[in-house]
Amino acid sequence: MSALTRLIGTRRHRGRWHWTDVAAYAYLALGVVLMFGPVVWLVLSSFKTQAGLLEFPPSLLPSSQREVVVQGFPQPLPLFTVTLEDGSTKVLAQARRIGIVAQMVDPQDPAKQYRVPIEKRVPVREFKLATANYTDPLQKFAFTRFLYNSLFVTVIATLITLLINSMAAYSLSIYEFRGKNAAMLLVIGTLMIPITIILVPVYLVVTEFGLVNSLWAVILPGAATPTGVFLLRQYMLTLPRDLIEAARMDKASEWQIYWRIVMPLAMPALAVLAIFSVMWRWNEFLWPLAVLTKTEVQTLQIGLNAFQGELQTQWHYLLAMTVVTLAPVALVFVFLQRFITTGIANTGMK
Amino acid sequence: MPPVATSSASFRDAIVRGLAAPFAALLRAIDWPMRGLQRLIGERHMAYVFLLPNLVFFGVFVFVPLIINVVFSVTGGAALFPSERPYVGAGQYGYLFDCGSYLDPGSCREDHFWRGVANTARFTVFQVIAMVLFSLVTAVVLNMRIRGRGFFRAVYFFPVLLSPVVVALIWKWVLQRDGVLNAGLTALGGQKILFFVDPGWAMFWAVFVSIWAHMGFYTLILLAGLQAIPADLYEAAEMDATPRWRVFWRITLPLLWPNLIVVIVLALIRGVQTFDEVFVLTGGGPGTATLMVVQYIYETAFSNQVQNFGLAAAASVVLGIVLFALTLAQLIASRRRSA
Repeated sequence: MSALTRLIGTRRHRGRWHWTDVAAYAYLALGVVLMFGPVVWLVLSSFKTQAGLLEFPPSLLPSSQREVVVQGFPQPLPLFTVTLEDGSTKVLAQARRIGIVAQMVDPQDPAKQYRVPIEKRVPVREFKLATANYTDPLQKFAFTRFLYNSLFVTVIATLITLLINSMAAYSLSIYEFRGKNAAMLLVIGTLMIPITIILVPVYLVVTEFGLVNSLWAVILPGAATPTGVFLLRQYMLTLPRDLIEAARMDKASEWQIYWRIVMPLAMPALAVLAIFSVMWRWNEFLWPLAVLTKTEVQTLQIGLNAFQGELQTQWHYLLAMTVVTLAPVALVFVFLQRFITTGIANTGMK
Repeated sequence: MPPVATSSASFRDAIVRGLAAPFAALLRAIDWPMRGLQRLIGERHMAYVFLLPNLVFFGVFVFVPLIINVVFSVTGGAALFPSERPYVGAGQYGYLFDCGSYLDPGSCREDHFWRGVANTARFTVFQVIAMVLFSLVTAVVLNMRIRGRGFFRAVYFFPVLLSPVVVALIWKWVLQRDGVLNAGLTALGGQKILFFVDPGWAMFWAVFVSIWAHMGFYTLILLAGLQAIPADLYEAAEMDATPRWRVFWRITLPLLWPNLIVVIVLALIRGVQTFDEVFVLTGGGPGTATLMVVQYIYETAFSNQVQNFGLAAAASVVLGIVLFALTLAQLIASRRRSA
């Protein structure tokens, strides 16, 4: 309670409530509902059974009808609370239903049978997580394949991105050489060229290399990123030159200076680029969609999209797979939130 | 909460170190050939060696494609390799621009392209206006003296990291016929609305979802701008008992203007390229009500029965010119800011 009063008790002017303070908190509260609500709803729904998802209006929490195994019946039977003719209520299992009459048995005493009009019974519900939504796709679909493909693309592409962009940034920040300005211009130029406008020719290039339907077709085209070069170069420009000169005196090779001195010092900038790259690659959609047409090479995003486009969308699996796709990003966010937000605020990029 | 902060920092360090370990091994292995190369060409020329991999990637995957794109757009046929494609001059562009009236997509030979143009324009205009409005309000609110600011900032920001497919599926699930929103509507005594069957609603939700997903990013840019405004300006205004709305118009807005320009132009550039969220959410439908230019390009080149690379390339050259103009506008705006 004291936390709540403290939370609300902060105002611009001490002592006096201004209507804008109220409006601000109302706006933020609405924001929490609007931003978190749909995601919470997705996660809750992903634990419902297929039958549970078809209910309208939907229940808030995943719940389903309780079932019991009754002696003499091969299948588990659904439980109902039944109002009997004498007005008493009893929990019975339904053996079968004929029209508007249900044939029911007492789970404690299977020999005792009842005939009950169906409007006299109410299903017994229990809170139950349909974890099968998560475990089934692992066996039934190419889901593990998608997961592996996405992981492979994300990790390898990020490593290549870090390597070649830090090399270029090192070159453009430490050295003076002929053609440096031209190279800088070239990099600036590519900043304006998104994949959306060179989709067809990049497809041709990838085809020439024989990479269609290969994960490398997704990894390679985006590896050199002007964003990355800029971010790293800006940072490397701030590093002290004396350090590099001293290393040269000590007969360190240029490559050694790059990876033993400049790379460790540029770690904060490298980390920002690494996080960006992981986000880009894990979430990438248009290009993989164009170049990966076979199921066995598709990434999670493409697989999810194909799955939701099918005629009979199996929402119970789709929702669970969406949660799995979302989970790593959510984890990264929880641990690195401040880091990411300052990274974006400083660079104005994402 | 200092203990939490340290544990998350050490966790982060562990991640960074874990990621760097194989990387470091690779870099160490490259040293030996690099040393030989340096002895051969000299210390100063190593700059080119460091630059080379990046330039090769840029060249192969950006510059060469940029040129081939133009080649594609002036050749016809269904072949992928340019040498097998007959030259058609401006034929593709002529086909693309063959319209009775540019204001009526139905009168065009390639009506899907023009519907895409019209939808993208509509989408972008609504989206940019709403985006600026909401991210400005959110940034201003977050900049007030508020308890739990970090939490609220995170609330608005987290969708930025979600993939477009995930974002679209989250909302598709909320908006579907028997979804939670329709449950709410019926509980309030209303009727179910088939949001993806009605063209107007489909466009509304396309804009809404895209704002939901990206607002945090723009809010962050504006918040950085707000925090850069010197506090003594506000203190002076408070001493003069200036009304709040006046403070906002006279101090906040003018000083925030450069950041607002960045937000507007970035939102414009991104809006014109809209594809993934809308594609997964509505599939461009109902009919062609939310078909965007990029979806047209993708489908013309890759998913239609007949793959028409020439037409797709011509359309992407047109899109490229629009993007170039917008980027130029951004450069001019930011030049004026620094001047």
